[in-house]
Amino acid sequence: MPSSKRQWLWLLINIVVLAGIFTLVQYMIATRMLNQYYQINLAAMAINIILSVSLNLINGFTGQLSLGHAGFMAVGAYVSAICTKNMDLPFIIAIIAGCLAAALAGFIIGVPTLRLRGDYLAIATLGFGEIIRVILQNIEELGGPAGIVGISRLTTWPYLFGAIVFTIIIIQNLINSSFGRAIISVREDEVAAEMMGIHTTWYKVLAFMIGAGLAGLAGALFAHYFYIIKPETFNFLKSFDILVMVVLGGLGSTTGAVLAAIFITVLTAYLQAFPAVRMIIYALILVLVMIYRPQGMLGNKELTRKTFGRFWGGSA
Amino acid sequence: MVEFMQQMVNGLSLGAIYALIALGYTMVYGIILLINFAHGDIMMVGAYVGFFSITMLGSNVFVALLFAMLACAALGVLIEKIAYRPLRNSTRIAALITAIGASLFLEYVTIFFLTPEQRVFPAEAFPMHQYQIMGLYISNKDIFIIVLAVVLMVLLQYIVKRTRAGKAMRAVSLDQEAAVLMGISVDKTISFTFALGSALAAAAGVLIGIYYGTINPLMGIIPGLKAFVAAVLGGIGIIPGAMVGGFLMGILETMVSGYGSSMYRDAVAFGVLILILLIKPTGIFGRNESEKV
Amino acid sequence: MQVKRCLTVLVLVLFAMGIVAGCGTNNTNQQGTPAPQGTEILVGLNCELSGGVASYGTNAANGAKLAFEEINAKGGVLGKQIKVLERDSQSKTDEAMNVSADLVSKGVVAQIGPLVSGAVAACTPVMNENKVPLIAPAATAPGATVDEKTGQTFPYIFRACFLDSDQGVRMAEFAYDTLGLKTAAIYGSTSDDYAKGLAKYFKEAFEAKGGKIVANEGYVTGDKDFKATLTKIKATQPAFIYVPGYYQEVSILIKQARELGITAPMGGGDGWDSPDMVTVAGAAALNDTYFTNHYSVQDPKPAIANFVKAYETKYSKTPDSFAALGYDSAYLLVEAIKSADSADPVKVAEALAKTKDFPGITGTMTFNEKHNPVKSIVVIEFKDGKLVSH
Repeated sequence: MPSSKRQWLWLLINIVVLAGIFTLVQYMIATRMLNQYYQINLAAMAINIILSVSLNLINGFTGQLSLGHAGFMAVGAYVSAICTKNMDLPFIIAIIAGCLAAALAGFIIGVPTLRLRGDYLAIATLGFGEIIRVILQNIEELGGPAGIVGISRLTTWPYLFGAIVFTIIIIQNLINSSFGRAIISVREDEVAAEMMGIHTTWYKVLAFMIGAGLAGLAGALFAHYFYIIKPETFNFLKSFDILVMVVLGGLGSTTGAVLAAIFITVLTAYLQAFPAVRMIIYALILVLVMIYRPQGMLGNKELTRKTFGRFWGGSA
Repeated sequence: MVEFMQQMVNGLSLGAIYALIALGYTMVYGIILLINFAHGDIMMVGAYVGFFSITMLGSNVFVALLFAMLACAALGVLIEKIAYRPLRNSTRIAALITAIGASLFLEYVTIFFLTPEQRVFPAEAFPMHQYQIMGLYISNKDIFIIVLAVVLMVLLQYIVKRTRAGKAMRAVSLDQEAAVLMGISVDKTISFTFALGSALAAAAGVLIGIYYGTINPLMGIIPGLKAFVAAVLGGIGIIPGAMVGGFLMGILETMVSGYGSSMYRDAVAFGVLILILLIKPTGIFGRNESEKV
Repeated sequence: MQVKRCLTVLVLVLFAMGIVAGCGTNNTNQQGTPAPQGTEILVGLNCELSGGVASYGTNAANGAKLAFEEINAKGGVLGKQIKVLERDSQSKTDEAMNVSADLVSKGVVAQIGPLVSGAVAACTPVMNENKVPLIAPAATAPGATVDEKTGQTFPYIFRACFLDSDQGVRMAEFAYDTLGLKTAAIYGSTSDDYAKGLAKYFKEAFEAKGGKIVANEGYVTGDKDFKATLTKIKATQPAFIYVPGYYQEVSILIKQARELGITAPMGGGDGWDSPDMVTVAGAAALNDTYFTNHYSVQDPKPAIANFVKAYETKYSKTPDSFAALGYDSAYLLVEAIKSADSADPVKVAEALAKTKDFPGITGTMTFNEKHNPVKSIVVIEFKDGKLVSH
């Protein structure tokens, strides 16, 4: 908790600025200053931020390369869509159900696979992500390949904003707790971490579950914004999209993941007419970042007040 | 019984393709412990080189195979030099992400220049003959594909076990530092491995073109993944293992479609992977070894 | 301390979002002006130009662009030229919706596309909210123009093609009545609702006639090896095999079926319509195969022959059904603008709903109350590599 007057002041400033941004965007939407096109991109951006921040917990902080993130997103999307469409439950309950279901899927998949290391894990998660998609495709009750059509649009800016704030607070607090130190030690040296008495598998599974749950959150928001979900949307290329954001932003930097998600969303919007070019740029980002700056844009550093203080030459 | 035998034939010819791709995976993994995600896409490039040498140069199948293998050997060496070599001493995760990048790069550069539409492999390039033996339908393509896979594997086994280059490969894969001390050029050996593996992938690509008749820029993804599963099944890093794994995968998939449900065929492939990794991660032919610290 | 730090992070993040959103608003003010009054009428093309079904979107867009060029060359409509805004939905549903919103904000009078039913469903709310009509050239799913919950027709959604149900039923009739075959196997794509719909309606109609379905199997998009399932189907000895799906897979499937000694006649839907069918499967393997289609390229009617010629000259390839449907969609729209005597989207939608006896390349169309054109289905046979209509 804040201890000095000065810290209280900063907390207050932060809250005011946050509230200000929220109100500003809400005002722009209400007055239609932001037209539908920009609103859609804003929603895509918010969903991408949640996805990249949550995958960063698994890939960046815990150091376990997961290529199945889109699968968890799918679970969240489907479960929440069923809740609102077939069971007429309130949206917030649907979101929670989607998160929990995705976390459960993360647990079921995590327990057997997280004992694997590095590249085996990558392939196994890729495989599981695809299995989730194949299963969804073959369940007639869920619409099969056509998916679920006609989901009500319940995702609004307050929900998106709230979800981002929630995700970042959860992840940041986890990282700065003993849990965070434990998973980072797993990333740095798994054997040494085990020696120090850290139950590595348990921590990996836990991180995996939290990441999957948050991906489920993103999925629920996605389903209730874009009206329609189908298995094909959540194929492994979607997982690669999320991976590109995490890698670009920095494996192990939340601010980096956020900035990269924003950048990639804008890039996608601008390159709409040239999708092949977009994918080539993605590919180059992956290769070049790994060769010249394997730690990503921000590495494992965070953009904080201090960084800016240094930048402006003042002392914060 | 005839139906079962027919399914075996179907499975073997499918397995031959998996086996050829799996051989390349296994060699690269054996030497630098990297899943070369781009391997399936090198196969795709090979298929396109074969396609263009048949349609534009009017060459026959064997010349097309040769061209494709040479071109892809060069491509494999190039990818290793540009993308993987700078990362040889960094984390495995970094190398794997680079491999994913290389894979996407090959796919979308091909789409950019050659459009995403499929190309039809000229049927005249390999005139088909159909044989009917005791109710079994076998074509010369089935025989060609299986024989070629076995021949290439035997050749590969010979190179690895009997030649100096092969000896160097085994030495590097066993212990890189010791190999350097023995005067082996690690860079050259790794390049050679990539050249060999990529040439085999190219052969598989041309064979897919001949066998199925169409090629497209994303054709490498699924066979690539399945071949990787095959390599793991047989024991990654072991050449006969990749061969057996490939054939087993082919037969398994055929049996699932033939006697179970064709819908769950792909799920079964990944299910096998996870089972193998959990029960015997070193694969059928692998020796049990605990990971070195 | 931690709370504070993460809040700092948040503030920075949202600043960045605010900036991006802010830039967005500036752009809107520049571009978001309503359709230029006076010289031009804006029409949006929202097609799958890349991704999995790129060839359908590209061909439909080509057909529509050809139509608009012809119209502009003849002096346009209402004395104004038509300006086409072409956007790519990348074969993704969320992108399709995004593109719709973009086009609507640019002030288009109507949108043509997307091709795939799922993508049309994603665009539907945007079009209805903004009261701009959408003409789907090839969305054959029954639910595309109707709200499944309430059973009401979407006021701004139209289609230029027949429905999956019509196609499946037509082929069942053809197989049972015309060919006189009493047993059938179904082996269709399970990756899309189009093929699944065809399979479902074929099965219902075939069984209602007294026929028997002896096997019901599926494959997924991108599959190349069908021999295992074909061997299984062969053992059930069907008299007819129904293969709803797209030509990429179907052509290989038919070739492999013949290689395995399966001689039964086979049938499918409009997804078969491609020159690649003959080049991949070979003329001999395709003998005794039939598919339902929107039109036949070899139809000698002058309108069709002229269209085929113009298309071949411009794009140097044969127009498939998607090209013809894109072309028809464009003319449907222009007719509606003419009869509404206005480029106001709401009035154009009203005029579209009243379309009667519109002479299209793919048949004469009259919209029913569900915005579906009532039109005929052709059955086409492959005979030694040539298309023969029945």
